[in-house]
Amino acid sequence: MTLTAISSNLLYIAFFAYLIATFVFGGAVKGNKKGSFNSEQRWGKVAITITVIGFLAHLGYFFTRWVVSGHAPLSNMFEFTTAFGMTLVGGFIILYSLYKTPVLGMVVLPVALLIIAYASMFPNEISPLIPALQTNWLAIHVSTVVIAEGILAMSAAAGLIYLLKVVDLSKKSKQRFWLEGILYFLVLVVGFVISSSYFTLTNYETTFQYVNKDGQEATIIYNMPPIFGMNESVPLTEDTMTPLAETPPLVDASKLTTVTWSLLVGTVLYVLIRLIVRRRIVQLIQPLMKSVNIQLMDEINYRAVIIGFPIFTLGALVFAMIWAQITWSRFWGWDPKEVWALVTWLFYAAYLHLRLGKGWQGEKSAWLGVIGFAIIMFNLIVVNLIIAGLHSYA
Amino acid sequence: MENLQCQCGHVNPLGTKLCESCGRSLTDKEQNSKLVDMRYEGTARRSQTYNKSIIDKIWNFFSSVKVGVSIIVILLVAAALGTILPQQAFVPANTEATIKAYYADTYGSVGRVYHFLGFHDLYSSYWFIALVGMLAISLVIASLDRFVPLYNSLKNQRVLRHPSFMEKQRVYAQGPGADDTLQKTEAKLKELKYKVRTDKNGLLAEKGRFSRWGPYVNHIGLIIFLVGVMLRMIPGFYVDETLWIREGETRAIPEVPGYSLENVKFALETYTGEGEEARFGEALDRVGTVAKNYQTDIVLYQAPNNSLPGETDNLEVVKEYPIRVNQPLKFDGYAIYQMDYKLNELKTMTFALTDQETEESLGELTIDLIDPNESYELKNGSTVKLLGYYPNFSGFENGEPQTASPLPDNPGFLVKMTTPATPQGETSFITIQNTIEPFGPNQYKLTFQNAEMRNVSGLTVRKDSTLPILGLGGLIFMIGVAQGMYFNHRRFWLQQTDSGDILLAGHTNKNWFGLKKDLDQVSAYASLPAYTDQQEETEKEGEPQS
Repeated sequence: MTLTAISSNLLYIAFFAYLIATFVFGGAVKGNKKGSFNSEQRWGKVAITITVIGFLAHLGYFFTRWVVSGHAPLSNMFEFTTAFGMTLVGGFIILYSLYKTPVLGMVVLPVALLIIAYASMFPNEISPLIPALQTNWLAIHVSTVVIAEGILAMSAAAGLIYLLKVVDLSKKSKQRFWLEGILYFLVLVVGFVISSSYFTLTNYETTFQYVNKDGQEATIIYNMPPIFGMNESVPLTEDTMTPLAETPPLVDASKLTTVTWSLLVGTVLYVLIRLIVRRRIVQLIQPLMKSVNIQLMDEINYRAVIIGFPIFTLGALVFAMIWAQITWSRFWGWDPKEVWALVTWLFYAAYLHLRLGKGWQGEKSAWLGVIGFAIIMFNLIVVNLIIAGLHSYA
Repeated sequence: MENLQCQCGHVNPLGTKLCESCGRSLTDKEQNSKLVDMRYEGTARRSQTYNKSIIDKIWNFFSSVKVGVSIIVILLVAAALGTILPQQAFVPANTEATIKAYYADTYGSVGRVYHFLGFHDLYSSYWFIALVGMLAISLVIASLDRFVPLYNSLKNQRVLRHPSFMEKQRVYAQGPGADDTLQKTEAKLKELKYKVRTDKNGLLAEKGRFSRWGPYVNHIGLIIFLVGVMLRMIPGFYVDETLWIREGETRAIPEVPGYSLENVKFALETYTGEGEEARFGEALDRVGTVAKNYQTDIVLYQAPNNSLPGETDNLEVVKEYPIRVNQPLKFDGYAIYQMDYKLNELKTMTFALTDQETEESLGELTIDLIDPNESYELKNGSTVKLLGYYPNFSGFENGEPQTASPLPDNPGFLVKMTTPATPQGETSFITIQNTIEPFGPNQYKLTFQNAEMRNVSGLTVRKDSTLPILGLGGLIFMIGVAQGMYFNHRRFWLQQTDSGDILLAGHTNKNWFGLKKDLDQVSAYASLPAYTDQQEETEKEGEPQS
């Protein structure tokens, strides 16, 4: 077996270990009906062992890939997102060793699984570095950022658990709506993974010719049946589906098609879940949160930001500026990715200042933690794929 | 000035909430609350005390954390708005009118509104800069308002506090003690690296007070950083020039007096996917070519001290260096970066003067496209006179040929050819693969033979004397953040009453979990009474019964 194959097999091992551990953590939480914590401790031990094995395999993937490619595997969407999944789990393992909280595993691991699955939708070959990336600052800057984001994500996980426990689901409220919204979004990611995997496995590909915004002919490749077509598009592939609607030349119809398929499949999935369980998904999860110590969740929420914020500053601003000065001759250029790093930083700065005031502990902080994670995900997904800039490597 | 005298006799400045000496509550609000508000030690802050003059009002406005957070949030939203469409620096247009047209043409009505609101240049807009300025003012005032009283208060802490201060602390214990409780507690706390002071029947143990200065230190760092950014406006602090230089050319470096640069060779390498690079084969198959290296081999020259400005003779070689991405050339506080390139720019074009019928050649001429001659003499008395040269021919306007730029991308030549057979001369206009004969058919024409090409390297010349200041600001900020975030200020107060009872109170600015772990160790060793977390107690009481 080549080292490349070993590397990707290690990633599979990590994925399945996290998958199994999720259920064992769930069992640990569910088994603790009497609130006695004995069974929680016992099953928690098994689950954390599986998680650590998965994490070691994940590290193994990371470093073998580093050896094969000759550079830190943090250079494109697949590599960065996979590493983000890894630091997420790493952050959880540290928290578990401090606070022994299986419920956190039950929330973090599925999110890590989704993130790894999302990563694997991107091309994963070992790719060469463009000149701008050929420096040690790649490893220094990106690894610091990905570690910081893994830690900051713990704040969101603790916040989400806090909300799942305290939000009153028996009556209509904004909180209930948004909490369900978060879970709906997670189902949409599953929808993306399912539709993307299905069309990749069936080798779907179709090509169209269209007239671009400069009035010239161009081609566009779809990896999913085209729901949206480009301006004056003509199929180049035979027997292909006719697009249902046309988009303005500025919009990438292929990306829009992918988003729409994910929305469709995700929503169908969500409706199916609702029909089967006949409740909101939040209501399905809330009973598992019975024995959660909300003070502890609030403490984790805050401490994760306290620990993550300086690391984020160092990685996403200080190291980023040093590298930008060396590569692009200026430490700051208002590139969209730079701006969104600043936005994230300002957001957590606001969080830390709000925490000084009374009344911002507990539920409000929990929401802020979740919003912070949403900004990080926005920066990862939307800024990379839609708002193009110097950082779009995928 | 009106002062507040506490029951213990200490005179406190107006606005004090907790007596500086004994810790008794001085305001009604404090007296009625279950837990003491320990923020800023209950000291008198200017912003909370005075609100009469206009200066008071401005001071109070900027010292408010709420205002500070609001400015941060507005900045955050504004910064995000600027990424909806690309900023003007990133669009392919450079005049006011073309930029406006670009937004309207490319993005339709959204683009028009975006441009109208000035969002196409959001980060240099006056209101954005004003917001950053307000943030800076807020940083200074909010810090001073808190730091000064906090510093004085912590410096002058007394060991013995009034019982009412202790019992209103979040971590509190009361119960019987032994004769050696104080000594044992002191010993254990010292072992845990606390600084312990004793006074009569009490002790004060303290650890990590310096972490309280973290926020102020990091704010100083931010201010230094912002000052550094402002210094850039001062002439001489900042140079940002573009230098396009062709292979073989030597040019004076703009804004860098006395230095010249020669471009020996520019090379673009791409990945081949062979040998060592075989591991990238799959990726290269998918995306096509990927650049591996952009490199300009240069020679840096310096004019001797006594030479005249602009003189290019007698240059001294300073350095030969390959400028690559991530490896700028550095000298004398300046840096030159590899930023752009243009491959295969036309350097010369060679034509033959030929008879259109017999195809007989009267000789060849080579035109240097950067510095053409006025006329070219051929061997048998024929001449070709260059009446007009249009390096980047873009069409005719009123019968006159036009050039779009001075770059030889699409050269056009208006020539007069004189030969022994046509002594009065023939006029011809030549562009690539096309000849126009404006005054009727000619006997002779210039036939294209070959062209020489070369690469052009796009370099950026940069000097930024503010970098050390920015670096210092960043360093101080990081120190301050680490100081404030990774360390906590923990304190324990302990008193033993005459009857032997122990009063214990604990406080930390962050991480109560850590404080309790310390206290557990001390309690186990010195058998202290069990403590309660009074805040958790209150929260539990307030929780609805489920």
